[in-house]
Order: sequence, then C-alpha cells, then structure tokens
Amino acid sequence: MIDDLKENLKKRILILDGPMGTIIQKHPLTESDFRGKKFKTWKKPLKGNNDILNISKSSLIFDIHHEYLKSGCDIIETNTFNSTMTSQEDYLCQDHSYDLNFSGASIAKKCVDKFMKDNKNKEKKFVAGVLGPTNRTCSMSPDVNNPEFRNIDYDTLKKDYTISLRGLLDGGADLILIETIFDTLNAKAALMAVYEMEKKLKIKIPLMLSATITDLSGRTLSGQTLEAFYCSIKHMNPIIVGLNCALGPKELEPHLIVLSRICSSYVSIHPNAGLPNAFGEYDETPESMAKFTKKWAENGYLNIVGGCCGTTPEHIKSMKEVTLNIKPREPKIEDNKFQLSGLENFSY
Amino acid sequence: MNSQITTNFINIGERTNITGSSKFKKLILEDNFEEAVNIAKQQVDNGAQIIDINMDEGLLDSERAMVRFLNLLAVEPGIAKVPFMLDSSKWSVIEAGLKCVQGKPIVNSISLKEGERSFLEKAELVKAYGAAVIVMAFDEKGQADNVDRKFEICKRAYNLLTKRINFPSCDIIFDPNIFAVATGLEEHNNYAKDFFEATILIKRNLPNAKVSGGLSNVSFSFRGNDLVREAMHSCFLFHAIKAGLDMAIVNAGQITIYEQIPKKLKIAIEEVLFNKDNNATERLLEVSNEFSGKKTKKKSKSLWRKKDIDKRMEYALINGINDYVDKDTESLRQKYKTPLDIIEGPLMNGMNVVGDLFGSGKMFLPQVVKSARVMKQSVGYLLPFMEDKNDVKKKNTKGKILLATVKGDVHDIGKNIVGVVLQCNNFDIIDLGVMVTSQKIIETAIRENVNIIGLSGLITPSLDEMCFVASELKRNNIKIPLMIGGATTSKIHTAIKISPAYNHAVVYVPDASKAVGVATQLISKKNSLPFKDLIQREYEEIRSNYFKNNSTKESFSIQNSRLNKLNLDWNNHKSFKPKKFSTTVLNNISLKEITPFIDWKPFFESWELYGRFPEILNDKVVGESAKQLWNDAQKMLKILDTKKLTRPKAVIGFWPVNSVDDDVEVYEDESRKKIIAKFFFLRQQMERKTKKRANMCLADFVAPKASGKIDYLGGFVVTAGNGIDKFSKEFEQNNDDYNSILVKSLGDRIAEGLAEKLHQDVRTKYWGYSKDEKLTDDDLIKEKYVGIRPAPGYPACPDHTEKNTLFELLKIKNNLKVELTESFAMVPMSSVSGFYFSNPNSSYFGIGKLGKDQIMEYSKRKNVSLEYVEKWLGPYLSYSPKKSNNE
Repeated sequence: MIDDLKENLKKRILILDGPMGTIIQKHPLTESDFRGKKFKTWKKPLKGNNDILNISKSSLIFDIHHEYLKSGCDIIETNTFNSTMTSQEDYLCQDHSYDLNFSGASIAKKCVDKFMKDNKNKEKKFVAGVLGPTNRTCSMSPDVNNPEFRNIDYDTLKKDYTISLRGLLDGGADLILIETIFDTLNAKAALMAVYEMEKKLKIKIPLMLSATITDLSGRTLSGQTLEAFYCSIKHMNPIIVGLNCALGPKELEPHLIVLSRICSSYVSIHPNAGLPNAFGEYDETPESMAKFTKKWAENGYLNIVGGCCGTTPEHIKSMKEVTLNIKPREPKIEDNKFQLSGLENFSY
Repeated sequence: MNSQITTNFINIGERTNITGSSKFKKLILEDNFEEAVNIAKQQVDNGAQIIDINMDEGLLDSERAMVRFLNLLAVEPGIAKVPFMLDSSKWSVIEAGLKCVQGKPIVNSISLKEGERSFLEKAELVKAYGAAVIVMAFDEKGQADNVDRKFEICKRAYNLLTKRINFPSCDIIFDPNIFAVATGLEEHNNYAKDFFEATILIKRNLPNAKVSGGLSNVSFSFRGNDLVREAMHSCFLFHAIKAGLDMAIVNAGQITIYEQIPKKLKIAIEEVLFNKDNNATERLLEVSNEFSGKKTKKKSKSLWRKKDIDKRMEYALINGINDYVDKDTESLRQKYKTPLDIIEGPLMNGMNVVGDLFGSGKMFLPQVVKSARVMKQSVGYLLPFMEDKNDVKKKNTKGKILLATVKGDVHDIGKNIVGVVLQCNNFDIIDLGVMVTSQKIIETAIRENVNIIGLSGLITPSLDEMCFVASELKRNNIKIPLMIGGATTSKIHTAIKISPAYNHAVVYVPDASKAVGVATQLISKKNSLPFKDLIQREYEEIRSNYFKNNSTKESFSIQNSRLNKLNLDWNNHKSFKPKKFSTTVLNNISLKEITPFIDWKPFFESWELYGRFPEILNDKVVGESAKQLWNDAQKMLKILDTKKLTRPKAVIGFWPVNSVDDDVEVYEDESRKKIIAKFFFLRQQMERKTKKRANMCLADFVAPKASGKIDYLGGFVVTAGNGIDKFSKEFEQNNDDYNSILVKSLGDRIAEGLAEKLHQDVRTKYWGYSKDEKLTDDDLIKEKYVGIRPAPGYPACPDHTEKNTLFELLKIKNNLKVELTESFAMVPMSSVSGFYFSNPNSSYFGIGKLGKDQIMEYSKRKNVSLEYVEKWLGPYLSYSPKKSNNE
C-alpha cells in the first residue's frame, strides 16, 4: 500500500475529500437517528456525536464518502475525528472507541471497494484513517492560576490513540492521518502509538500529518511556528505533511509556501472555505477555491489538496479539475542539518 | 561575549541544572518553582540558545520535579521558544521529560557504560520520541580520559547508532568529557589538549556528528576566583571552537570577552590548556592571585532613574510609567525655555518612538494607551505655566481630527481608543463625545477647520445615521475626508451605503492600529490624492461585485419561507410554567457573583489583543501586554467591588404566550383572553435548495395558538449600573484615558456577565425549567445549555424597535434606570436586554437578507410605515429602498 501511494504521489496531485462534520450538520438528524438501535436507551443525549453515526447510521456516512469519491477525490477520510476515548467521554461512549474507529474505517473501505468495482478504469483510491486532536491539550494548562496543571497527559493520550489506531487498521485504513494538530505534543503521543504498533505488528504504517495554524501570526494553538512543528514530527518520516482547518486558502497560502520549501515529505493542504463570516458561514466558492488551487499547483507547492470546514463535494470537484495534468511538487532533498525546536525552530 | 561564541557556536544554559547551580538547587528544594522558572528566563534573556535542565538530587522525586518544571516552562513563551536539553543520569527522569516537550529536545545523555544492548534500546526510544542525543565518551571500562579512548568510544557508538538502528547521524552529539586542569596532579595536565584533539578527530571522521561539553569543569580548581574561571572558560572555548566544538553548556551571562582578557593571564591560561610544560600550573596559580578582584555588579533596572531628564521622560513614555510624571515634567521645565518646547521636544520625541513601536507591531494597544496617559498628564502639569492657554493648540501637529459617536448611539470605547492612538501619533483630536448630531459635527468641523472627520457607532441604526451625516456633509458642500469605524460598520457597508452619499473621500477603518496609517495618508500632501483614488477604486469594485452577486443570489418569498419553517412536535410538547408571572426586580447583585460569568475574550478584543482566553496571557507576542491588562482589570474590578462604585441591577419577567405565524402574542394571564402585547419577529428568506435546513424565525420556538397548548416567554434588561460612566468620567478628567477606557470596557463585560449569570438563574431558579444543569464556565461560554436569550437588534431578531415593547412589559421606566435613545441604544451604555426562550430546540441564527415582500407585510403587522421599517432594518434589506415613496 505504501508503494502504491508513493507511486501515485510521484505521478500526480492527489485530491483529498472535504469535511464530514459540516456536511452531516446539513442533514436534519434527530436524537433517535444518532442513537439508532444500538444506543436506543443510552444514558446521555447523543445528538451531535457525529462519529456514533458510523454505527447508528452508517448508510449516511457511506453516502457522503461516495459523494466525495464521485466528485473525484483520491483519498477519503474516515469519520473518526472524535472517536478517541478522550473525545467520546463527553457522551460517555469512551468504551466504544475501538468500534467507532473500526466501523469508520470499514465503511470507508467498503465504499472505496464498491466505487473501484463500479468504475473499473479509475485511478486507485485510498482510505485515510483519521486520528483527531481530541478536545484536550498536553502542552497547556486549562487553568490560568495553575500553569503546571494539565487535564491530560502523554501516556493517557498514547493509550487512547493506540485503541483508535488498532480500530482503524483492523477496519481497513490504508494510511493513518493525524490531523488538525493544534498541540504538537498530542500529535507526538499519537506518533508514539504508531511507532509501538509498528513494532508490535511488524508492519510499516503509512503516515500523513496535518497541522492547524490557528491565527495569522502563523503559529499553532500551542504556540509553535510551522518550522518548529515540522522539526518536531519529522523523525517518524511521514509520507505526507500538511496544513488544514482554522484558516481559508488566502490566509494559509504563505504557510503553504513555507512548508513546501522546507518539507522533505509530500505536502498537503486542506483549507476551510474561508474564515466564517458574521453568520458563521463560509464564503469561498468552488470557483474561488479552485483559483487558489490552480495557482498553488502551477507554482509547484502541491502534492495533495482537499477541503476542510465549509467545503463541499462541489469544491472538491473544481479542485480536481484544475489540478489535472499539472506536475506534482517534488519533495525537498534531505540536507542532514542539525535542527532542534522549542516553540521556534533552531537550526545550526 | 566573544564574537566567536555568538556565531557558529551554540551556547546551552547551565543555570537550571541542580547539580551545577546552588541557587537553582535551593529554590527547587524549597519548592519555589516560580523563582526557578525566572532563572530559566534570565538564561534565555542572556542569550542561551538551548537550556539544560537537570533535577538529579537525592532529596528529590526527580521525575516529578522534571515534569513539574517542564510543564511550567511550557506555558512561558519567552522560555519555551528555545529547545530544551533533558539532563539526567537516570533514564526514567529523561523519559518523563520527553513526554512533556512538544518540540525536538536533546537527551543528555546515554553511553555504552552498561553495554551495547542497553545503549541501543535507549537510543531507539530517543529516536521514537523525536529527540537528538548526547553520547558520553564512556564505555564498559569507564570514562575515556585520553584522546585515543575518547575517539575510539565515539566511533564505536557512531557505528552502532547509524548502522544498527538507523539513527540519523545529524542527531548525534558526542561529549568527549571536559575535565578539570591545573589540579596539581600531573595526569590531569593533558586533559584540555586531549579534548581538543578528540574533537578534531570526531569532526573529521564521523560525518554530521556534533561535539559538546560541560564547560565549567575545566576551571574547577579555581573555585572562588570567578575572574580567572571566566577567563579560563573563554580561552578554552576559543580553542575548542577552532577544533570543531559545536556547543557547550555554559553560563551565558558570564563569559569574558576573549579579546579583553589581560595578556598576562591569557598566556598563563593557554600554557595550561596546551600543557606547555610541567610548570604551567604553577605559573597560572601565581598569576591568578593578581586577578582575584570581585567583578562589578550588573546594572539594576531602576537605573533608568539615573539617566538624564530627556531620556528619563522617554523611558517613562515608552514604558507607560506615570509615577514620576509631575517631578520629571518639573525638571524639564527648569531645563527648557517654554512649556511648548517641552511638548514639541522630549514629549513628542518619546511619543514618536511609541508610535513607531506600535506601528511595527512591537507594542500593543494597552501599553500605548498607558504611554498616552503619561503624555497627557505631563501636558496637564504644564498647562498652568502657559501664558496663553491656547498655546498648547499652536503646537505643530500633523493635523486636526474631529471624532464623534453619532446621534442615537452611546458607545465610545473604540472611538476613545482611536483618539488616544491618534494623539500618540501627533494628531490634534477634537472629541465631541457621544450622541452627536450631524449639525454639531458640521459646525465644529467648519469652526475648527479640521482635516478629517471620524464617525463611530456600535448599534445597527447608527449605520443609517452615518449615511445621513454623509449626505448632510454633501448638502453643506463640505469636502473634509470621512473616516468610518465601530463594531457594526464594515468595508462593504461603507462602500455601498456611506461612500455614495458623499462626494468626497470616505474610508472604512477596521481598528485603532489602522487609524494612524489612514489619517496620515489622508492628510499627506503628496499621497492623499493617490490614496483617495485607490480607496475610491477599491470601493467601486466592492460595489459592482456586490450588485453582481446580489442579483444572482436566490431567496425565497416569505410564503415559501414560512412553508419551510421549523416544525416542532407540539403534540408531545410540555411547556414549563414559570414560578411567577409579571416582573421581578433584582437590586442586590454583587460584582463577586458576576465575575465568574465573564467571558474575557471580547474584553481583550476591545483592546485589540486577539486570541483565546486564558491562553492569550501566555501568548508569545501579546502575552505580556495581555497579562498586564489582565492584572489592571482585576485590580479595577476589586476597586469597583470594595468601594461599591456601581450597582448592577436587573429586571426579568415571564408571560403566557402563543405564536401566530411569525408574531408572538403576550397574554394577561393563562386564560389567554386578553392580549397585552405582541412581539413581531422576522424570518430567514435565503433559498434552501434541499430544505434540510429550515427558514428560521424565533416565533417557531413558541407553541402556536392553533396547537391549543399554552407556552411561555421571558424577557430581561440588565445593567452594570450608572456608576460605570461616572467613574470612567472621573479618570478622563484626570487625563487618565487608560483607566477611563478600562472601566468602560469592564462595564461591558459586567453587563454581559450579569446577563449570563441571570440566564443561569432563570434556567435553574426563576423559570426553573433546567433545575439540574451543572455547567463549567467554559460550557457557558460555548452556550451548552438549554434555551436562548436573543437580544433585539442582533442577528436573530434585528429590529431594535421591539425594545419598546419589551421595556414596556418589564415596566423599565419604574423598575430600572435604563433608558432608550432615539436609536434604541441603552443608557447607561453597559446594559443588555433580550428575550428568554426555553424550548430545547431553540438556537441562535442569523436572519440573513430580508425581501421586500416580508418587509411590506411586516410594516402592516406592526402598523408602521414601510419607510420606518426600512430605516431600522436597513443593513438587512436585500433590496435598495426608494428614498421616499411620497416624492
């Protein structure tokens, strides 16, 4: 699978799908939709727990994946952004973490298999098993008056990610996508889970990482610059490193340029459809996103492009159209420089 | 520091090492971590590029101390910016540390001391954690003490790492052991030389590997004689770096400049380092006695008071210190001929520096406002000494700017901030205050011959008033450029509505930091024309795009929108009856009860500091500024509370109601015979292609009359009290804009916090439909509760005029000292009003654009003229209303 993926990345710009959450929100789902049969008598309201739909309403998730495949994307992301134990605690569903991840991956896998069967001459499609950032952070204190306090630690997160990861792999994920990274230490716990799993199962897990720059100063929520982030995760040799969420294409562009300059992995970007306007809606249209995409592709910044919050299959489709036949970016050759990082990069 | 140390060499701070620094050790053992963090900060400030952290102490739970210290450092951006070196002889301590660091650190250290297996196991983990590693020249036989063994061990380790486990060669750092020289023991004499030579061999033969060392060891035998020790460090580094040393653990603040070491001492040291002959140690001992003098103490911070008076004033201005204003201004008065010379000299010079720092993003708004306070208070001191009080007006300024919050609006925090910032940049400001009529604006502009007029407003009706002012300026044939700002204003609105009403320059200014640039351009002789032209073209484009987009955007007719309303299941609905109908007045609310409910993010935003709270306090860029502001705010809250300067109050009420289409009828009692009032709500009209989302209207959350079920609605008005405006004025009169604005911005938060608190009390107590809810503050801010409290004039119900009905029902005239202006702004400014909906399905939404069909129907429902509705809902109309239908 790694070779397959690398082969495709060498040849063309791949398309990643768009968001699951904002599409699900467009469907008028009721509490009982979320509960389905299995959680009919669950002790807490489940409405809003989008990941539970992997079990209670898998047909909807299947259809959304299918929609994206039809719009031309090459990699679809599993609906498991919040399937870690930590995130599921909000709904008291933490014990179902493995199942949510497993079902999330198998739905996507089934969808891809069906799609490939129905469209014989199409290019190969991949399932990216998503590990989300969780709703807590290892590097910051939630209590200003107690800066040393943390509401989660590395070991707990690593355990959570191990369970999720196992579910995703068992369900048939082709690669693992650690995304919306706003605290690199959380991501590093996920990377350690991947490392240990690789040792245990004696396999190589294809990795994709995607960081989130939360403000215009170009830093993650936990305060790292993009260069520092990349330095902190480079040791796991991810196949793809990219940026997603929080900002729109316009705001992400300068960071994409930086990443594409420094990164010896393939580079991905999946921006929001702009910044939310006064009504919380996103303004970038499929056409305007395509315009950015085209420019990036032509400038050689891109290996993978997709959408985050606010984008739709139409956005994806127009991105696909403008990247056809444009040569993908070539990863930077490793220079063996001595590099360290804190919040900032240190290079010697 | 030596020039060669800063380039091409990495200095690693050693002071946070418990085995090396007795001060650090004392602090950690006393559990004074706060002060210990300061040591880390000092190191970084002194130029350490990495900091070494070591907690190896028998009396300590080292793992715990390591984790605790790293967690504390993680939230200090000024420290956490640099990479950390995790230093311990115990692997468990290192591993605990690795789990706390988000960056890529260095592990210090591993070695072959316990054999290859243990060495490779640890190295494998170092790689998996994503760190670089220091490998000590140490093997099963012991520490390497001569050049051959040093190189031998390093080479063996290098091969194991790179060949067996594929460890990246660029992440390997060797420490070939720096040992003490000049100890008197002959076998120690060659230690320095051995180190230099081993370094050369490593760098030549082991590609990409680096060399490091712990510097202070070398001078160990000269403990007590810092001058000689520091000279030895400097000489050692000078030669080690030449040999290829890449980094060393040093006390960055205490290295003598190599070129400045007395020649005699330098020669003696270098003869020891290179083991010139057996008497080198003797000679250095002799020489060192001549250089045992104590070093001079570092300059302390309060030294700025000793600078000359001009510099002192500049320092006070830049740092916003107003403790010495009168004293320093008096000294300036002795020195300068006239007060005007002082204002135009040292004061303006200082403010220019402030303006530059702010302009280049190195200073933030709260600091600037504090600087301006120093300026104003200094000028205030000088005023009595001016022969002609108008002298102060004669000073050379960049230009005169009139500022006003328009008629009907009372909000002025933003305007005041803009005024302060412009003053800092040497503009002369005429601030007409709030509720200023167009007539007064025009009169003053002509009389004072101003260069720019700035209009501000926060509530939506002010947008319309601004258009009116613009058209009045045009009618009076005035040509002064107009700047537009305030929370509801926008570039689009300015381009589409205000700019066409005036045939001269109109520029939208998004925030105070942009105001200076815009004003400077508008006034500049050279740039103003091209600038105005540029703006004109930009707005032209916005206008044409807007009309293009608008014509293509589909919307539903009001009938179709109503067909796609939110249909709730009223058959199974159970309305929750409030305990008490009519109104309740709450007079006895203390600030202490409110503060936990305050959402601080908007507070920082009003000071143009953006980011999440509390993270913003530790933000790398604005953290310091935010922290200071936060501390000042807490102090001010305390003063407001203990001195009881303002008295927050609230009125709430509940009524039996039903919806009829988009109206909500309010009944006298549950018999529902008599309608005592009606609320008129508006409905979204955007086209819903799939109809999966409804076209919302607040009335949908209330049981329809046709359902036969009775339902209930609540309303509220809260105010932070009229003490806020009064107290703020007092500061303003003392030339203290900083505290004046601080009080006002706190007032807003108090009112919002009270509204939030009261909503909770309503849910759990007064109405009581959600008795068991347990929410954290964060849940509150994220609105995770049942029910909503939309405010008239805001996105879900944008019609401000509905406040009339609400205020009447709540009998505000008798119950509360809150009044409505002609634009329906509330006075006192720090007040909030709204409705309570308890339906679990109720949610906030934005109304979007409203079609003419709905507006015409709405005016009939309300029994007011079409023009009246169009005036109040101007920004929400999807069409351009005719100026007047009667013409």
